[in-house]
Amino acid sequence: MILKEVKDILNAEVVSGDHDLEKEIKCAFAAELLSDVLALAQEGALLITGFTHSQVVYAADLANLCAILFIKGKRPSEETKQLAVQKKIPLLTTSFMMFEACGLLYEYGLKTCAIQTENGNKGK
Amino acid sequence: MEIKENNILLHKMFHIEGGDFKTAGSISDHVKKILSEAGFPNKIIRRISIATFEAEMNVICYATRGDLSLFITPTFLKIVVEDEGKGIPDVNLAMSEGYSTADEKIRELGFGAGMGLPNIKKNADEMILTSKFRQGTHLEFIIYLDRQETQLPFE
Repeated sequence: MILKEVKDILNAEVVSGDHDLEKEIKCAFAAELLSDVLALAQEGALLITGFTHSQVVYAADLANLCAILFIKGKRPSEETKQLAVQKKIPLLTTSFMMFEACGLLYEYGLKTCAIQTENGNKGK
Repeated sequence: MEIKENNILLHKMFHIEGGDFKTAGSISDHVKKILSEAGFPNKIIRRISIATFEAEMNVICYATRGDLSLFITPTFLKIVVEDEGKGIPDVNLAMSEGYSTADEKIRELGFGAGMGLPNIKKNADEMILTSKFRQGTHLEFIIYLDRQETQLPFE
């Protein structure tokens, strides 16, 4: 799936990184905790989150994630936006809630890419 | 883990101010930039960047101030973090997944899940953590350049 399809499925607005909508999204990871992003998200993932501080962009960049989708209409600050442009990480926002956003993308074939947790199952 | 002085190709030190949430992440970002420009493999850069971000956040969240040093040697990368602050009363407990003393402010910022130190250990090849309660904490970790495949040598 490419980022443009994510945008269309979720009727999302591109906050920054317009030109990057052809980016291939192999998998997605949803979290409200940056600790989880740093510990569990795999490279190349689309990050789905409600967390809009600029640290989310740092975390996504350090973990080599490919784009960030904000849920329930959340909008990042100007500072977050600028950092994302600098890091070439597209930002999108959708008015769907977390569960619906994830559910819809899953239904359209986007898969999870969480790394296996100690006591959990491996995401497929 | 001792580094002979003549083996250090680069040593860069960054100051971290405790409680400075606004710029949190910028030092790890700087470390990543240095390593990318030096041409290290992506996999290594990702591991050290993630561990460094966790270490940087720990100083910001829990210490008064600290210094983070990056050492590049021909055989390994090393990060040393020395902070002043409340320290860790029980290092073993702090290393266990899910244990956290984070307050509301830290959690609001998406941290404080008790995953930071275990995640540093997971990403590093070697890690040493010592602390003096009410004085400060010393953390260092190493990623070897010649064994990229071994992700979890101590697990």
